[in-house]
Amino acid sequence: MDAPTNAIESAATRDAAPVRHNVLLSLRVNGEEAEAYVAPYKTLLEVLREDFAHTGTKHGCELGECGACAVLLDGQPVLSCLTLALECEGRAVETIEGLARGTELHPLQVAFADHGGSQCGYCTPGVIMTAKGLLDAEPNPSRERIKEALSGNLCRCTGYQQIVESVEAAARVMREEKRGAKP
Amino acid sequence: MMRLPWFKYCAPRSVEEAARILAGEGPRAMLIAGGTDLVPNMKRRHQEPATLVALRGVEGLKRIANGAGLTLGAGLTLTEVVEAPQVRGHYAALAQAAVQVATPHLRNMGTLGGNVCLDTRCTYYNQSYEWRKAIDFCMKKDGETCWVATASKRCVAVSSTDTAPALIALGAKVRLVSAGGEREIALTDLYNNDGMVYLTRRPDEILTAIVLPPAAGWKSAYWKLRRRGAFDFPVLGVAAAVRAAPDGTIEDARIVLGAVASRPIVAKARELLAGERLTDDVIEEVAAKVASRAKPMDNTDLEIYWRKEVVPAFVGYALREVRGDDMRATRLRIARQALPPAS
Amino acid sequence: MNAPEKPRQKARFDTIGKARRRVDGRAKAIGQQRFADDLVLPRMLHAKLLRSPHPHATVESVDVSRAQAHRGVHLVLTGAEFPVPYGIMPVSQDEYPLARERVRLVGDPVAAVIAVDEQTATEALRLIEVKYRLLPTIASPEEGLAHPEPRIHDYGEQGNIHRNQAYEFGDVEEALARSDHVFEDLFFYEGNTHLPMEQQASLASIEGDGKLLLQTSTQNPHYLHRQLARVLQLPAAHIRVIATANGGGFGGKCDPGNHEFVVSKAALMLGRPVKICLTREEVFYQHRGRHPVLMKFRTGVTKDGRLTAIHLQTLLDGGAYGSHGPASTFYTGVLTPVTYELPRFKFEACRVFTNKPACGPKRGHGTPQPRFGQEVQLDKIAHTLGLDPAEMRLRMVTKPDSLTASWLRIGSNGLAECIEKAVEMSGWKTRRGKLGPGRGLGLACSAYMCGAGVSIYWNKLPHSAVQLLLDRSGQVTVYCGATEIGQGSDDVLAALTAEALGIDPVNVRVVTGDTGITPIDLGSYSSRVTIMMGNAALQAASRVRDLLAAAAAEALETLPDRVVFSQDRVFAGEDSGKSMTFVEAIAAAEGKFGTIASVGSYAPPKPPGRYKGAGVGPSPAYTFSACVVETEVDPVTGWITVPKIWIAHDIGRALNPVLARGQVIGSVYMGLGEALMEEQAFRRLPPKLSGALVHRNPSMLDYKSLTSLDMPEVEVALIEDPDPNCPYGAKEAGQGPLLPVMPALANAIHDAVGVRIDEVPITPDKVLAALAKKAKGEAPRVGPERFPAVPYPEPTFVLPPWEGGDGNELKGRKAA
Repeated sequence: MDAPTNAIESAATRDAAPVRHNVLLSLRVNGEEAEAYVAPYKTLLEVLREDFAHTGTKHGCELGECGACAVLLDGQPVLSCLTLALECEGRAVETIEGLARGTELHPLQVAFADHGGSQCGYCTPGVIMTAKGLLDAEPNPSRERIKEALSGNLCRCTGYQQIVESVEAAARVMREEKRGAKP
Repeated sequence: MMRLPWFKYCAPRSVEEAARILAGEGPRAMLIAGGTDLVPNMKRRHQEPATLVALRGVEGLKRIANGAGLTLGAGLTLTEVVEAPQVRGHYAALAQAAVQVATPHLRNMGTLGGNVCLDTRCTYYNQSYEWRKAIDFCMKKDGETCWVATASKRCVAVSSTDTAPALIALGAKVRLVSAGGEREIALTDLYNNDGMVYLTRRPDEILTAIVLPPAAGWKSAYWKLRRRGAFDFPVLGVAAAVRAAPDGTIEDARIVLGAVASRPIVAKARELLAGERLTDDVIEEVAAKVASRAKPMDNTDLEIYWRKEVVPAFVGYALREVRGDDMRATRLRIARQALPPAS
Repeated sequence: MNAPEKPRQKARFDTIGKARRRVDGRAKAIGQQRFADDLVLPRMLHAKLLRSPHPHATVESVDVSRAQAHRGVHLVLTGAEFPVPYGIMPVSQDEYPLARERVRLVGDPVAAVIAVDEQTATEALRLIEVKYRLLPTIASPEEGLAHPEPRIHDYGEQGNIHRNQAYEFGDVEEALARSDHVFEDLFFYEGNTHLPMEQQASLASIEGDGKLLLQTSTQNPHYLHRQLARVLQLPAAHIRVIATANGGGFGGKCDPGNHEFVVSKAALMLGRPVKICLTREEVFYQHRGRHPVLMKFRTGVTKDGRLTAIHLQTLLDGGAYGSHGPASTFYTGVLTPVTYELPRFKFEACRVFTNKPACGPKRGHGTPQPRFGQEVQLDKIAHTLGLDPAEMRLRMVTKPDSLTASWLRIGSNGLAECIEKAVEMSGWKTRRGKLGPGRGLGLACSAYMCGAGVSIYWNKLPHSAVQLLLDRSGQVTVYCGATEIGQGSDDVLAALTAEALGIDPVNVRVVTGDTGITPIDLGSYSSRVTIMMGNAALQAASRVRDLLAAAAAEALETLPDRVVFSQDRVFAGEDSGKSMTFVEAIAAAEGKFGTIASVGSYAPPKPPGRYKGAGVGPSPAYTFSACVVETEVDPVTGWITVPKIWIAHDIGRALNPVLARGQVIGSVYMGLGEALMEEQAFRRLPPKLSGALVHRNPSMLDYKSLTSLDMPEVEVALIEDPDPNCPYGAKEAGQGPLLPVMPALANAIHDAVGVRIDEVPITPDKVLAALAKKAKGEAPRVGPERFPAVPYPEPTFVLPPWEGGDGNELKGRKAA
């Protein structure tokens, strides 16, 4: 699995430290095969942003304390800042960039844009991906369920109310779309 | 961006293989399951393992087995534990504890085994390398002094696991596997009251399963005190489990306090409660006695004396819920959310 | 220039007042909004800062040789590279990008490494050897007053006092002596921080023409631009600052940051792009947040609860640098007289340096602290006098178009309507006192300004300028230096331009926050953008509209002043069938006048006060808010639950009601967080041990902010009474609604369990301690017990307008 790349040896390397080589990582990002030689110390967050140029996923603490970096991993909301990239080998990651179909926005994206769900927008990608995880599993969540599902996403702008309203609005649209799609 | 140090990564497929790697690598290797405790600690240079042995791909660690009781694989995520019908139906304290750990994302990642083995926490320890350098480090990592109790010879970092008090109250045992063999011990014996050497697990051992005895006749609940409805570690956890005769006379009871010492504190609940009924007077008396065991230190969130003062109230909440009181309104105020009911 | 543009009357608005998707809403929802750390340039390098582990020390030597030799390191910078200091205010130029001789807090930057990646830069930081000589530390203003030596700075009033001031408007002692009652109360407001979700990041690069470009998360690109020119000793015209979309500001990105100078210098030295992104912990050290303030209110009232005089004393913990401190010090007093009729007012304020991160402007800048004290004290007064706290306030609200004792001119004033609305929504009259044991309602009010009347550096120039460019393709581009920090200023700019030109806002392209191409706006602070940028935009729009109207009038055979712009068309008059498209009108005008462009600018009216210091507090307009908080308090644990909050905010006019409501709810959220838990707290270890003075909780986990589960429902009423000084009457909404929340909670807790918590945050342990005192028959109160002797200066004495004053200082008058 090891591959010679721009690995760096340094004076700071401790005796015990392992050899510094980048390693090959392949996974699915938003339905597409993605492959790169990455530094093994990188988290999924770093690989998404730095190696795959998916900067839609944000970071606010890198310690699992804010939720800004939330993505879906095999359909479940997780924190990319605490997920070793190496642990994602062969798995499916969904990020904010993968939500729209072409230029057609996902109902959550429409709702957040229209109902005040984003102010500064920095927590928005993590919030929307978490909400998608919720609505994929529970199409008609109560207001309390939405608040519970989003309780790991800090937002400093909105006071959460318009975020919750945006999720409710999107859920309505998604249920209607589903009904419409049925024969 | 905070970065992890360099490390070697191994992904064994079986417990045997993982145990073999651990034995070979020695103490420079560490296990990683959900990573929600270890990864932030590594970013802050609390732990700098040369090798990470990943348990994610290890077969069998996610098994749920019904037998006389219930065996839960250590690799089950906390979300999976909460959603397991057997847990919700018969081991409510565990469900209530697991659902209050951290946040939904972290419960999707963090495992039951990981929460049981959670590193002890302290406001002088859970800081960056640079911050710790500013206080000349502390006893638990890189330093000499315990800043919480400067005369203390041992580290007083706090046991901050939610699930362990609940599991101990439910009579859980844990299975530990190493290259040399396997052993099963009472969960309470997994812990030392020492913030540094807080586990009796040897570095070459893997905690593979949590074994719960039959729940017949038992009813349990877990109450957690923390500042917010999410994210925060407990500053107090109270798990209570009671087995009562049909007439309400208590036959057996366990009460365990979390986050008030470097290990979960087991109260002498059976001695206090056997033969009694859970009347208001009994609850008040028992709560006061149990609370006297709590010795919070000034190294968590919230004010130390207040944390001590409210222990009886929380013991009372747990016992009243076990008694069958409708605690939903109180629960909503404390937990900020509805929880699975006591069972 | 002072008179705002009067838009030509249309029967109804096309855009204003309608719920619309904000112009940047789509980009944010799809992850396309580019924040500073999302920017990547070819050959980009990464910077990290080495910060002091000591709270106060002289830097004896810095040895960077090992770091310099570390593989992957391109440059190591120290204070030697930065001889020129900076500071946001001209009177407090006391910061260096990297410490030269002295470090003043744990976290003060000492050196910087620029390397191939962050990991390498971080490794190299540990190879830098710094020798420090430790100095005694100052941890609080009380210590700073007691220990003038060692001085943290060699400037300031005296010892460790940074700012010290006193004003008296009418003889306050005389008024207090005549009052039926005098209430004396002490309050303390703990410091807290902005905690924007985005950590500050900056990317410096050299453009093709050899000039410096800094793309950075700043609220104030213009002030930063000036400071960069000063520190880097470059002509300002050779520097371009682009304010990237801010992932939250709240005042935390107003000051220039050390990191911004470091990456700029490094890019200039290396000729390569250099990026930095602060860690969350570093953001806590950058801080510039809410000052901890100790307050003493002596307030005289008549027996029917009317104010006679207030004597307010404040003591601010400034932290290690000046920052906005001179302004912050003023703001702990100057807005006090705006809410209620106050015949006389005396205000003394003192800011002390301490060895902690510098405090500065956070949402509400300096006013939440005294407003908390004032509104809690009013509640106490109402209870003592047996008055309904809402009724008592209603009877003495300030009047529209009035002057305060301190010579602030109040224009529109919706406070009475706000109180009435909050009372109505919350069921105050029927529910208060009837909620059952442990439950209560509390009410509080506030006022805030719509932009500071004077700039941070003294000048007579416009505060905001807008340029408008139209072309025959129908493209309307509006340029302004204003900065989008999430509050929706880009949307305001688009909406106002669109309304004035009668076009759909989606047809307006907004270009903002770029000192290289946008005309100067002072920045996103003091709730100034809607009104100042807005008035400038309306002036610019009215100028191009005149051109278009003149050209269209010819084609439509009407008079220019009868032309109406609406629905992307230009009509010959209201209800006229004769019209042309807006695009055709541009073409007609371009044919007649040449390229169509205009500029507009705005400066606030001259304030009526003429005494020295009268420049802080005046604003073209003030907003007012009234808030009711409901609470449940557990008598056994002191546990506090807030089930609901009602707030009425006098906004003048809501330009986009979705955004306006969002600003109000967001303000309530931040206020409630401050009221309940947010705390920038420090820990000092015993001197004989490590002697450290460290931030207690520099992380998102330990610095407690409300989660979705902790946030109650907020019911918002927007009171719309258009203010003539404001664009289409629109006043601010981003700061004012925060202010009444903290005192309303404190008052609700008193209503619930009869105890007073005279300090913020209000935590369950304090409630329980107060309940224990109550049970013992002691005063049921937790709060500060004493106010230290502060050597306030002799006050500047000014007679209030109704005592024959002219707004000038009355010299030679000694205070009573």
